[in-house]
Amino acid sequence: MSLDNNKVKEIAYLARLSIENSELEQSTKELNNILSLMDQLGEIDTGDAEPMAHPLEMSQRLRDDQVTEDDLSEEFQEIAPKTGNNHFLVPTVIE
Amino acid sequence: MTWETVIGLEIHSQLKTKSKIFSGASTAFGATANTQACAVDLGFPGVLPVLNQEAVKMALRFGLSINATINKNSIFARKNYFYPDLPKGYQISQFEIPIVGNGVIDISLEDGENKIVGITRAHLEEDAGKSIHDMYDEFTAIDLNRAGTPLLEIVSDPDMSNAKEAVAYAKKIHALVQYIDICDGNMQEGSFRCDANVSVRKHGDKLGTRAELKNINSFKFLEKAINLEVERQIDILEDGGSVVQETRLYDSIKNETRSMRSKEEANDYRYFPDPDLLPVAISEELLLEIKKSLPELPTEKKLRFVEKLGLSSYDAEILTSQKEVADYFEIIINKGADAKLSANWVMGELSAALNKNQVEINDSPISANELFSLISRITDSTISGKIAKDVFKLMWEGNGSVDEIIEKQGLKQMTDTNALESIIDDVISNNLDQVQQFRDGNLKLLGFFVGQVMKATQGKANPKQVNQILNEKLT
Amino acid sequence: MMHNLTIAEQIKGLKSRDFSSLELTEHYLSRIDDSELNAFISVTSEQALTQAKMADSILAKGNASGLTGIPYAHKDIFCTKGVKTSAGSKMLDSFISPYDATLSEKLNSQNMVMLGKTNMDEFAMGSSNENSYYGSVKNPWDTKKVPGGSSGGSAAAVASRISPFATGTDTGGSIRQPASLCGITGLKPTYGRISRYGMIAYASSLDQAGPMTRTAEDSAIILNAMAGFDERDSTSANKSVPDYTKNLSKSLKGLKIGLPKEYFSEGLDKGVERVIIQAIKDYEAMGAEIIEVSLPNSMNAIPAYYIVAPCECSSNLSRFDGVRYGYRCDDPKDLNDLYLRSRSEGFGDEVKRRIMIGAYALSAGYYDAYYLKAQKVRQLISEDFKKAFKEVDVIMGPVSPTPAFELGSIKDSVSMYLADIYTLSVNLAGLPGMSIPAGFSDNLPIGLQLIGNHWSEELLLNTAHQFQLKTDWHNASPVD
Repeated sequence: MSLDNNKVKEIAYLARLSIENSELEQSTKELNNILSLMDQLGEIDTGDAEPMAHPLEMSQRLRDDQVTEDDLSEEFQEIAPKTGNNHFLVPTVIE
Repeated sequence: MTWETVIGLEIHSQLKTKSKIFSGASTAFGATANTQACAVDLGFPGVLPVLNQEAVKMALRFGLSINATINKNSIFARKNYFYPDLPKGYQISQFEIPIVGNGVIDISLEDGENKIVGITRAHLEEDAGKSIHDMYDEFTAIDLNRAGTPLLEIVSDPDMSNAKEAVAYAKKIHALVQYIDICDGNMQEGSFRCDANVSVRKHGDKLGTRAELKNINSFKFLEKAINLEVERQIDILEDGGSVVQETRLYDSIKNETRSMRSKEEANDYRYFPDPDLLPVAISEELLLEIKKSLPELPTEKKLRFVEKLGLSSYDAEILTSQKEVADYFEIIINKGADAKLSANWVMGELSAALNKNQVEINDSPISANELFSLISRITDSTISGKIAKDVFKLMWEGNGSVDEIIEKQGLKQMTDTNALESIIDDVISNNLDQVQQFRDGNLKLLGFFVGQVMKATQGKANPKQVNQILNEKLT
Repeated sequence: MMHNLTIAEQIKGLKSRDFSSLELTEHYLSRIDDSELNAFISVTSEQALTQAKMADSILAKGNASGLTGIPYAHKDIFCTKGVKTSAGSKMLDSFISPYDATLSEKLNSQNMVMLGKTNMDEFAMGSSNENSYYGSVKNPWDTKKVPGGSSGGSAAAVASRISPFATGTDTGGSIRQPASLCGITGLKPTYGRISRYGMIAYASSLDQAGPMTRTAEDSAIILNAMAGFDERDSTSANKSVPDYTKNLSKSLKGLKIGLPKEYFSEGLDKGVERVIIQAIKDYEAMGAEIIEVSLPNSMNAIPAYYIVAPCECSSNLSRFDGVRYGYRCDDPKDLNDLYLRSRSEGFGDEVKRRIMIGAYALSAGYYDAYYLKAQKVRQLISEDFKKAFKEVDVIMGPVSPTPAFELGSIKDSVSMYLADIYTLSVNLAGLPGMSIPAGFSDNLPIGLQLIGNHWSEELLLNTAHQFQLKTDWHNASPVD
């Protein structure tokens, strides 16, 4: 599986990353290099092995429905890039 | 050229837990912006989700109420996309293995017919925050209080074929989630949100391309939006065009739907099981415990009202559609009141008064016990049904108990046969012409005589006795 | 010299008032100041001195717990309240964490003294500590060589004795490999042993914190303080914590040691091989039985890891968007610009590569072929170990195919990835693994890897400790 420049641009956008056109060629090469490593996976016969999502066989623990968190909004907003009127601000989004 | 409509609904029901689905922050409505968004909700580096037990139980309550398959090991998955009110850049939801699988629910249509609607699945997920676009000119403001609130997403099969069916389904689900106390159903506050997937096709064709309608916060708008969309799609297709698969927002002011500039332009959500969470194991014991805790469901209750109380299907449907109304009604019945009479009063006078004054039944100034008393006084002939309406009005305004009002206003029904006979004799002797006409065959005049007696008794004469005595004396 | 004492010795020294925590702390702070290894991103001197004074007052009262007053270096991947937490990235260069990681809380509750936050490969992605926004870290044994990664700063700090121990994290070898390259003892416990809450996530199903010390005994002491169930981490194991120092002295007679034949093929540096073989002979002399085992899916660990980890990280790093904290680009024109520039300017190249690989592997149409397949391979690898542990108690082998390499010598990602061959499968299977100093090649340290079954940290530490009683490699120092 080999990626072309356009596909790389698509993937980058999916992850909200931008690649300068001048770097696109290089990035594509690097990614293809890594992909050929990953593609080795295709040659492995996994038989009827189940996919392993977690190394431990545990079930999800459930917590009690209690309010345990205080309002720390002041501290949290102190480290935010831009806030106004208790809100986090981003450039206007048009829906 | 008959077009068929195919509608499926996706309902997001906010579960009324105290804390969020994956964190211990509060879910209370109306707090100052961002004061109920903790580190986990804000997606700080290193934070982790832990699952709220109550959210699981509520999902199971729903699943058992619709006789659905319960998946004993469901998985949380990440739905990845970028939007400022989605702090982690992914929403924790369920994808391949939701907690609730296939179920069914039956709905009553306007013509009294029943229809069975399939529910594909219901799964747990976290809500996103809110984006406010009109607070600033150059900025969008983000409030993350809502981020992390538990949602149950209920997906119907595409079983509905017109807007009215869709609304009936939505209302049924709306009633059910309140019945089993998992959601407060407040559509204005956003606790219950309906999205509709609408497509059209010619009979016999395969499914058409569907559009998703969002931003609908009332049943009225749901009906309008669907109808608009059906028209729009038919127009396009009849003109030879094709329908685009997209999301459309319903604008209630302009009464139109418009295409949403998609917030997830590349709709590749890259679902995969969330590695921070483990499979949710549901034991038989838990299911049993929850089954036991469920109240009698609307369908069962309706059946009981019809079979045991002898109510009509129509009346039973109305009385059981809201739990509060059913509970109110049952208090009256359980004290021994006549079912049909009680049904008439609850669905009639009480309902009218509640609507007129915009009051919920739980806040009714006339309690179920007091309405029972009123109904008893009709049954024991203390007052007539007509007078009871006046008493009702006075009770509503807080003028005391039933008996106090009857006493004070002197509204007791006249039942003394002798007294009645004497008044009737007077009426007869004062209206000999009409007597003659009646005896000649104009039987409608009975009403006239009854009216005269009522006038003479300020409406307090017992109508049944009056009728009986008149009939004896006139014939 | 105080810095040549082990933690066990420093605990004794503090208790018997041979020196104070303040003296110890000032000593280390001065050594850090003189160090040119670039092992630290932040040195928290003021806070450290305050903590040391507090520790001294507790020690004076006589009711101090074991680790009171002991200084340490904290990998900059752990959130520390009020202190910069960068994960080695420009993206978090301005991030002062508003909360403490569970691990940070735990160490604070012992009244320990945090000297500073150590340098690391950006977001834990790397094997050489050359991927840090704050510059490379140098190997104290040869400053032209890499210390290993991603916990390079922690390893260099402990090896050069500018900190008694350091915290590290290991997703594919990031504790064990730098420990091997720097000649110290590194332990990655069983997945779920130590809480991940507050530990900036790279690959959630693989990440695990662990102690980096000079000796196995010190490692056991620190593990006691780090381990334990945390209700804030759903993947934290609800298992009691034994006293890891209790059984260090058990005899190794009859211990069955497995040597995977796949680990001793071509590609293994001759110097490394020589050291490992000698170490195995030393174990034999202690009464252990050496048994050949097979881990047939060993080589498959590389493609499996380099799919699972990027997939999980591509999602974990989506939260870095310039909205609520961290780096935001100047004058974003619109939302897209905000995202694209903040992320592209904030992340380094290796991080961007792995995010893109992950996004691709999870994207529509590729999920089955990549992510799902990789998880199936993971199952096979896990089964390999299960089978092997039916016959042996501990598995041993190299940590890294070569000793430390030259800074800047490995330019392409894939070559770097291939060097992880011996460590990756341990993370995929969630098993505990250690690296202990076992010798030198070309004057560079070589580590021996010990791999145990789930929850066998006690056995691993015992096995390591016995080796350290019989050999002296762990005492070698690149400094005076």
